[in-house]
Amino acid sequence: MTGLAELFSGTIVLTVLTGAALLGAISGMLGAFAVLRRQSLLGDALSHAALPGVCLGFLIAGGRDLGAVLAGAFFTGALAALVMMLITRRTRLKTDAALGIVLSVFFAVGIVLLTVIQGQGGAGSLGLMSFLFGQAAALLRSDLWIMGGIGLAALALVLAFWKEFKLVSFDADFARAQGFPVTLLEIVLTVMVALAIVVGLQLVGVVLMVALLIAPAAAARQWTRALGPMVVLSALIGAASGASGALISASTRGLATGPVVVLIATTAVLVSLLVAPGRGLVWQAIAARRARARIGERRVLVTLQTLAAAHDNAGYKAEQGMIRTALGAMPTQARLAALERRGLIRPVSHPPETTTHWELTEAGHAETAALSAKAPLSDKDPPQ
Amino acid sequence: MTNDALHEPGQALHIEDLTVSYGDTPALWDIDLDIPPGVMCAIVGPNGAGKSTLIKAALGLERADAGHVRFLGRPVAQMRGQIGYVPQRHSVDWDFPTTARDVVEMGLYRALGWFRRPGRDARARALAALAEVGMQDYAERQISQLSGGQQQRVFIARALVQDAPILILDEPMAGVDASTEAVIIALLKRLRAEGRTIIVVHHDLTTVQSYFDWLVMLNVRIIAQGPVRDVYTPENLRTAYGGQLAILAAPQDTAP
Repeated sequence: MTGLAELFSGTIVLTVLTGAALLGAISGMLGAFAVLRRQSLLGDALSHAALPGVCLGFLIAGGRDLGAVLAGAFFTGALAALVMMLITRRTRLKTDAALGIVLSVFFAVGIVLLTVIQGQGGAGSLGLMSFLFGQAAALLRSDLWIMGGIGLAALALVLAFWKEFKLVSFDADFARAQGFPVTLLEIVLTVMVALAIVVGLQLVGVVLMVALLIAPAAAARQWTRALGPMVVLSALIGAASGASGALISASTRGLATGPVVVLIATTAVLVSLLVAPGRGLVWQAIAARRARARIGERRVLVTLQTLAAAHDNAGYKAEQGMIRTALGAMPTQARLAALERRGLIRPVSHPPETTTHWELTEAGHAETAALSAKAPLSDKDPPQ
Repeated sequence: MTNDALHEPGQALHIEDLTVSYGDTPALWDIDLDIPPGVMCAIVGPNGAGKSTLIKAALGLERADAGHVRFLGRPVAQMRGQIGYVPQRHSVDWDFPTTARDVVEMGLYRALGWFRRPGRDARARALAALAEVGMQDYAERQISQLSGGQQQRVFIARALVQDAPILILDEPMAGVDASTEAVIIALLKRLRAEGRTIIVVHHDLTTVQSYFDWLVMLNVRIIAQGPVRDVYTPENLRTAYGGQLAILAAPQDTAP
């Protein structure tokens, strides 16, 4: 615990911790809309396209001036978004192809500029490499104010235009037919995502930034049934990933913050995909198993009832082998045991035969009658 | 013509010289169309005839190369909120985290205005609209858990809640079961009886005569338009669809 206290006392750690949590919250909140609008990969293209802007900002400012670097990143990111829009509207290429082209071309230009700058040498040119994968230690106190400002602005926009953003995310055509300025709203959403990426570049870097947009939202979607909780939860998961990632990397030597944050966020996704109630894979597997078991049990009951009816004897004792013949398959002991536990069938002996026999109880007869009155399978509700 | 002068105010929908093209292929060519108020109108035509494009262009969702559109004499920009639009069901992602009631409330967002959230009044109106399509018991259901027919009814309720004099529906009967279709048609007929204009992109020729009283036959160009009994003729069907289908869907009163 003393180690932890020491960690917190360090200003740098506290700065990184706050910065990572802020970044996670911002990208989590905006990422929720990006994921629902199926624009997750737009974030990837935007962040890769920020690299040439970073280098241009460096060249123009003649050094590692943060304002110039971030402005450059925002400029080329916006340019990439524009090029992508033009490609999808004016050519026959689909969005995925446009994304691939823009992402790789802008990133290639960025790498070329990066190597040119490094070839020139000079102070600070090494620091540019940190924008590839992020370098949390480079974060300054003053950067927190920029992040906080952008976070507040994004929060204010989301709160003010909540229902408009929701409508545009769900059904843009309907919103347009209602007279909403859909293109403007979409631009606002995209610009906010671009801003989140720009502030995240220092911490996480251009290559991994998209994970912070997608992962918290994907995890949050698993647990919620409404947009409000999803956005809040997504922001919380993002903030928690950022904070814990910063802590882990600070307490261990040589662990880069950005990748650790991304790994924690993706772990949250993995856990959510598996265990979230209703939508989780484990949950669905259990539900499917239960449904199968119920069908199997019903078939045994109906078989016993059919045999009883055929022999005109409600207490007909069916030999286990006979159930198998009538059913076309052997009911497992577990199925029979489950039915016995529910008091629907009971094992009986039928001397002189030595094999196990089963008969329907009163409750079993009632249950079978109720089942055949209903539709054969009524619980077909898909997951949320 | 000045901006506030009405042009053809006697028609619920008036389209003149409308041309829309994708690349070098025209999707709609020189459309002149008039739909009078108070009718229930079907727009029919083969696949690729431009049915959806026509209503999207009329609503300003698709850019027109030429022509103009008027609803009750006004351009569509002045008529927003007075036109209920039901897009094709498959145009949205039904896994969106929301409930049926919430989707219906979206029909009221425009009337609420900026910065205002739907409150108790919106909720009551949404529930009433859901009840009109027989979906009151599903108000708080996740939309992903609804069947196709139920999703379609939610979409229609979202247009109903606006209380608009003109309703435009894009293939509302596509992929719904017979009972949902009956509910939808009964509802649309009731709305027409209230004096509203209903415009439906329709794909099932066999039901045109029993459901609708006005018909637009389309195949990139307008083939014919007018009352169903005048337009639903073997010659028009042949022109729109080609020979074989016209025989299959022969008008009822000329069939043996």
